[in-house]
Amino acid sequence: MSLRDGPLGDVRSPPILWVAVVALAVAAVAAMALFLGDHGGARGRAVEASRNAVDTVVAPVGGALAAPVRWIGGGFDAIGDYAFAGGENAGLKRRLARALSWRDEALALRDENIRLRGLMGLKTDPPLPVVFARAVIDARGPFSNTRLIDAGASRGIVEGNPALSDHGLVGRVVGVAPDVSRVLLLTDVESRVPVLIARTNGRAILTGDGGPNPQLSYLRTHDPLRQGDRVLTSGDGGVLPRGLPVGSAVKGTDGAWRVALDGDATPIAFVQVLLFKTFAQLVPPAALAPVDLPSTATQAPPATAAPAP
Amino acid sequence: MTATTVHRPNPVLWLGAPMAACAAASLVFALPLEMFGLRSPEPVFALVPAFAWGMGRPSILPPFALLALGLFLDGLWGGPVGLWPVALLAAYAPVLFARAFLSARGFWGLWAWYAAACAAALATAWLLVRLRSGVAPYPIGVAWQFLATVALFPFANRLIERYEEADTRFR
Repeated sequence: MSLRDGPLGDVRSPPILWVAVVALAVAAVAAMALFLGDHGGARGRAVEASRNAVDTVVAPVGGALAAPVRWIGGGFDAIGDYAFAGGENAGLKRRLARALSWRDEALALRDENIRLRGLMGLKTDPPLPVVFARAVIDARGPFSNTRLIDAGASRGIVEGNPALSDHGLVGRVVGVAPDVSRVLLLTDVESRVPVLIARTNGRAILTGDGGPNPQLSYLRTHDPLRQGDRVLTSGDGGVLPRGLPVGSAVKGTDGAWRVALDGDATPIAFVQVLLFKTFAQLVPPAALAPVDLPSTATQAPPATAAPAP
Repeated sequence: MTATTVHRPNPVLWLGAPMAACAAASLVFALPLEMFGLRSPEPVFALVPAFAWGMGRPSILPPFALLALGLFLDGLWGGPVGLWPVALLAAYAPVLFARAFLSARGFWGLWAWYAAACAAALATAWLLVRLRSGVAPYPIGVAWQFLATVALFPFANRLIERYEEADTRFR
């Protein structure tokens, strides 16, 4: 006979359920308090520190597990390459034919560009140092799109540094520990990046929503946007340098303008982090030195006022 | 009067083992793997014990175990802290209150209710993220995560069966 069938069965069940309900309520309140407390301020910094500690622990485990996964992925890629070699060869020949015609045009434009820069005395931005890193954890759900990479503060990475793939921007660093960093991808719901439309010089904010194509919000441009318009970082706000390739404009099924990201075209295993801090890096420090300006102090008024007429 | 032997399930096996399995599975599925250009899905493994623990005998420990699992998911996936604990408890709470009703369901009926619990968790996460960021998360992405998580029901069913076998009071 089980206890439930006995005389104590009905007596004992309600208190156990109520204790469980109280435990549930306490856990729910704690969880909600943590969620509401995950913002800026002292508590936000404490959360950030604990998050970096978790990243530091998870990254080596992910790195160790990612190695055989990479080998398996490489094996599948090799099988895929072998299976689709014929079609890929034909496609590459077509692309090569197009690229050869573009090459002549690019060479002519490069020469013209060099001459014009010389005429105008234009100074180009100096190259920024880059750190290459490998992704060890890749969160890709609808609620968070982040990537943990195996390079951190010990290699000069700081919060805000842009992360790129071979083809374009993929996100920016939002958390740094000594040997790992967390990159917030452009597709994350909390990602906001100021961008410009290359053809029209229009401005917009690239807003992630967890989907593959972030939305162009607050779009401000004189000419209407066209399918395929190139989208670059605008550098507005000074968080990211200007001109990093982001993607091309596409019309979403919901009618909103979205961006097909360039970064999606490359494997997800590697990223390069641009060690960009501020625009002050892009000009020589001497140019930012204070200069002696004329005094702005006003002269003292005359001691005796002129008599009124 | 005959003596009744009460077998309590070992808390380490009932709580610790599913937690460790969920953490390990979540970690493996978060690795950057691509096959033929496709990436692996990202199911919420922690919803399996959230449902199974709700079906078992009420206890103090499961809510706190879900709190810990949710915090682990927040750390692993880099989302806002507290998001997954709230979402997991949103799935656990209705199951706990409806366990008497649910225990009479068969395999397919339980699967349907498990899907409803998953929907409650993901709807909670969707709402919290919507309120926090001001952007509605991509509904197709949520639907894919829902389907990948619902497909894990056989593991939840196995956990419930193991609990029924271990705890004589549950019968």
